Amino acid sequence: MIVLLVFVVLIVVAVFWVMGMYNGLVGSRNEVKNSWSQIEVQLKRRHDLIPNLVETVKGYMGHERGTLEAVTKARQQAVEVTGSVEDRAKVENALSQTLRSLFAVAEAYPDLKANQNFLALQEEITSTENKIGFARQYYNDAVLRLNNRIQMFPSSIIAGMFNFLQEKFFEIETPEDRQVPQVKF
Amino acid sequence: MWELVRANQRRAATLVVLMAALLFLVGYALGEALAPGAGAAGLLVAFMVWVVLTLVSYFQGDTIFLALAGARKIEKQDNPQLVNVVEEMTIAAGLPRVPDVYVMDEAAPNAFATGRDPQHAAVAVTAGLLETLDRDELQGVIAHELGHVRNRDVLYMLMVGIMMGAIVLLADLGARVFFYGGGRRRTSSRDGGQGQLLIVVVAVVLMILAPIVAQLIYFAISRRREYLADASSALFTRFPEGLARALEKISGSTVALRSATRATAPMYIVNPLGVTARGLADLTSTHPPTSERVRILRSMGGGASLRSYDDAFRSVTGKSGGVVPPSGLAAAPPVAAASPASPDAGTRLDRVRQTTDMLWRLNRYVFIGCGCGTKLKVPPAYVGRAVACPHCGTVHQVRAEPA
Repeated sequence: MIVLLVFVVLIVVAVFWVMGMYNGLVGSRNEVKNSWSQIEVQLKRRHDLIPNLVETVKGYMGHERGTLEAVTKARQQAVEVTGSVEDRAKVENALSQTLRSLFAVAEAYPDLKANQNFLALQEEITSTENKIGFARQYYNDAVLRLNNRIQMFPSSIIAGMFNFLQEKFFEIETPEDRQVPQVKF
Repeated sequence: MWELVRANQRRAATLVVLMAALLFLVGYALGEALAPGAGAAGLLVAFMVWVVLTLVSYFQGDTIFLALAGARKIEKQDNPQLVNVVEEMTIAAGLPRVPDVYVMDEAAPNAFATGRDPQHAAVAVTAGLLETLDRDELQGVIAHELGHVRNRDVLYMLMVGIMMGAIVLLADLGARVFFYGGGRRRTSSRDGGQGQLLIVVVAVVLMILAPIVAQLIYFAISRRREYLADASSALFTRFPEGLARALEKISGSTVALRSATRATAPMYIVNPLGVTARGLADLTSTHPPTSERVRILRSMGGGASLRSYDDAFRSVTGKSGGVVPPSGLAAAPPVAAASPASPDAGTRLDRVRQTTDMLWRLNRYVFIGCGCGTKLKVPPAYVGRAVACPHCGTVHQVRAEPA
């Protein structure tokens, strides 16, 4: 009788333990999903802002056709890309690069400085770059937490049983990419 | 990350219970002191006071607090940079909703956060803060405030603060009644005896000690919470230097915050009463010394994680106990500090101009740009339909329809 009771208690404890582990894993996975969607919102916002920027800048920077075209092209690629986190990170990083060179070139045009529309767009794009950065920071932390849970014993057993998959980090390719475009006037 | 929040909530809940117990004890003692055997009635009164205060602070605390501080809500178009910084930090902190942004028309640089949970959060900054800090520093301060929101500090600080007020009030009341009405009661009670006398003595001692204990609890937790919010700020921005510089600038200000009182002081990022109340003992200060907070932030050794902050805290203060609960540390991934997230476009003069313009707009002034480069600011009380530029004489139509 006693043995049976102990046995039952042990089983119940084990079930609760597995449930807790499983819920923790699901929580981590949802956190990764949520934070990814936050990145997507900001990327989308950046895509939407760029045509405005190009339109505003065009009149002042007629001689910089190449730079403007590079931005437009990079944006087009970023909008069209589908696929893995790595692919997306690649084109979005390329877009950041072209934006950076656009803002660098814009420094040579003091007339732009006086344009309220440009200043407002500059603040919006700078902030969106920041938001992408912070969303990526949060996403990568969430991925790290999930991957730790999947790899570490004992939650690794549960993760293996229910087929939890490790997620990929949203990497930045070069150290300079950590710098948001320097917008100085 | 969430382990830290949970550990923090547990500790805060314990303190709230402790504070409530102290309040009930004072109520009981007050009852006994008033009339022997009336302790239960005193307990009931204290309980009712507690329930009412808790409900009010839960549902109306943030509104009352913002009104007390004279804060006004702003929208994105009023100050895009401030709202953007708040949005950025909301993302970094992983909060579910962007807090409402409030501005106080005060020259002293300071800020606070309020709201019972992240869904009802609000941050308020003074105009002086917007004028003094560049974007990176502002980010550090906002991150500190959202750290309070994320760690659920605001609700507990509010509840503990209000309970402290109640304890002080009850004890004060008890002391008055006891010392002025005591003589009559002592002569009339003959059935008292030794036990009764003991209860009364204990009650008196309790009424003297309770307010002091309550205040010490309050001050201790508010100091610890400041360190934790600093640690969170470093983690969110990955740039501890931003907050360090901001704290230096804020504490270097010699302007006093007019709307702050002793009860609201613990809510601000830097003690707003520091200028006027510097003579007070350190044990009763609501904030850790700013110089120490700056030194901790600067000794994080290139890291920005909670663990780096905890290590820096130990080495700077020489205390063996850290500031971050162990369960919060265990789950925190190591992170490196990053370079500033954004360049700052404007000088201090630009910021002052932008901030004052925002305040004019909030006061319903109408702005008219004149062709000669003058910016006309028309007060809401202006009744005329047109106004002439004082420099070039051009007559402008005032857009606002006269009422």
